[in-house]
Amino acid sequence: MDILNALVVFLNFVFIPAAAYGAQLALGALGVTLIYGILRFSNFAHGDTMAFGTAIVILLTWGLQALGISAGPLPTALIALPLGIALTALLVLGTDRAVYRFYRRQKAAPIILVMASVGVMFVMNGLTRLLIGVDEYRFDDGARFIIDVRTFREMTGLPEGLALRSTQALTLVVAILVMIALFWFLNRTKSGKAMRAYSDNEDLALLSGIDPERVVRLTWIIAAGLATIAGTLYGLDKSFKAFNYFQILLPIFAAAIVGGLGNPLGAIAGGFLVAFSEVAVTYPWVRVVGYLAPWYEPGGLMQLLGTEYKFAVSFVILIIVLLFRPTGLFRGKSV
Amino acid sequence: MSDQDAAFGNRGNRDLSVVNSKGRGTIDGTRRSGPTGPGRAGDPFLIGEAMTGGYGKGADILHDCTIAVEKGQIAVIVGPNGAGKSTAMKAIFGMLNLRGGSVRLNGQDITALNPQDRVKAGMGFVPQVNNIFPSMSVEENLEMGAYIRNDDIKPTLEQVYDLFPAVAAKRRQAAGELSGGQRQQVAVGRALMTQPSVLMLDEPTAGVSPIVMDELFDRIIAIARGGLPVLMVEQNARQAMMIADKAYVLVQGANAHTGTGAELMQNDEVRRTFLGG
Repeated sequence: MDILNALVVFLNFVFIPAAAYGAQLALGALGVTLIYGILRFSNFAHGDTMAFGTAIVILLTWGLQALGISAGPLPTALIALPLGIALTALLVLGTDRAVYRFYRRQKAAPIILVMASVGVMFVMNGLTRLLIGVDEYRFDDGARFIIDVRTFREMTGLPEGLALRSTQALTLVVAILVMIALFWFLNRTKSGKAMRAYSDNEDLALLSGIDPERVVRLTWIIAAGLATIAGTLYGLDKSFKAFNYFQILLPIFAAAIVGGLGNPLGAIAGGFLVAFSEVAVTYPWVRVVGYLAPWYEPGGLMQLLGTEYKFAVSFVILIIVLLFRPTGLFRGKSV
Repeated sequence: MSDQDAAFGNRGNRDLSVVNSKGRGTIDGTRRSGPTGPGRAGDPFLIGEAMTGGYGKGADILHDCTIAVEKGQIAVIVGPNGAGKSTAMKAIFGMLNLRGGSVRLNGQDITALNPQDRVKAGMGFVPQVNNIFPSMSVEENLEMGAYIRNDDIKPTLEQVYDLFPAVAAKRRQAAGELSGGQRQQVAVGRALMTQPSVLMLDEPTAGVSPIVMDELFDRIIAIARGGLPVLMVEQNARQAMMIADKAYVLVQGANAHTGTGAELMQNDEVRRTFLGG
């Protein structure tokens, strides 16, 4: 019975939140890794693309709610998502046209594109704040829980409760569907293979008749889609605040690098690794231990680090992984 | 690579955790094609006539250089190092700015086309280096060769595998894991998948062993006998001339000698300067 209780506490406070957070990071890291692999630079504006996309989705959600449209038990934001992705893709394509294409035409060194993306990040940062403001917004509606604590207790008779919020389940389901679709696209379709070919060898892709500008556009559209989906899921799960999206760039980069930059599988693994480590290191384990080893009376909460330090965790993992496997867990492009 | 790379000793570009310099291109993919014009009467199948030009805004490398290939024939470009052999090939493929001259293919003036559109016009090009997609499988490499086609590529795929049985056995393997000779076969196969009307090879035998070289030459002859004109730059001048219907000796970006392979082999000056006596 105690083991079951320990398991429930673990699932409730560590596994489920970390899995949802990991899926959000993985989606973000996929966008970063895709741009790194195909457009050949680390896109620092990705976090703010997520913020912008989410802001658009929130505005559309409010519009839909005002019109009285809802998705029943699912959040209204899901209905707003496709249009949100389309608008974000337009913004990102506009940015490419206005900023990145110039450097691409000059055959500028990739580091210049990295720096340009920092500039784009600041502009997008401001744009999002002008659009929706700096406050915190909650925009999840529909059913709140799939399993709530009371029902779970009544069902199982355990003293510990387990809650599965609908946004957490939704995050995992959507993330898995998006990942399957992305892998199918990259490995099975002609356009996806063309993107991989361009990533491997730009000149030869061009000599095979692949239009490089089309590959670039496609990459931006997919990245915008991934960013908007990741941002919206993160916002639904927690809340939307523009600044948080700027900060989430750090664990996203950590995830992409830990997994191996340029490798989509690595981005997913990295996302979950970073998320689970962050949650596990900052979670007070005293209750789990209390069930597993009742004779042991720890002096404190058994929390390795305060939650304020959670970003530090990403970087410690990053350093450890890079020390032993410089190319990331899965072999990335940076071999 | 571009000039900007040289600045600051190429410092920032080596940090692979922020930039991915692998597989970067040198061709400007944003350049649009101009219109095509009519060819001239009595043209060979492919001709780059009186080409003058160089890379970017740099000095001219080619001076009034003419290269042509007829249907069903093999034409080779030979010459000393730095003679502009590869440059001439790239000029025909639209990879550098011509300040003079024109390129005509199959009764069409294609001087204003960008490389992408020249592929669509029927040119197949195999660069000297970086001529495969290393992380993609052999079969995917070939599929990418057929990117511009919308018909069934299976028969062509089988033809290529028949031509190169060694790579057929490794169709699921990443092309980057193959040996040098097999990579060249994949590279040529990729170009063939386009079903080009002319095949251009830039030093296909560079860096492969003599046995593999002979085999590659055999395959190239087989391709040409199949009716596909082949234009080839070759470092191994003697062997190249033996299989050439037409040979061009370039010196300092200009035509020095032109003739059939056999004629040039008989030419004293050519023999002394390029073939070692």
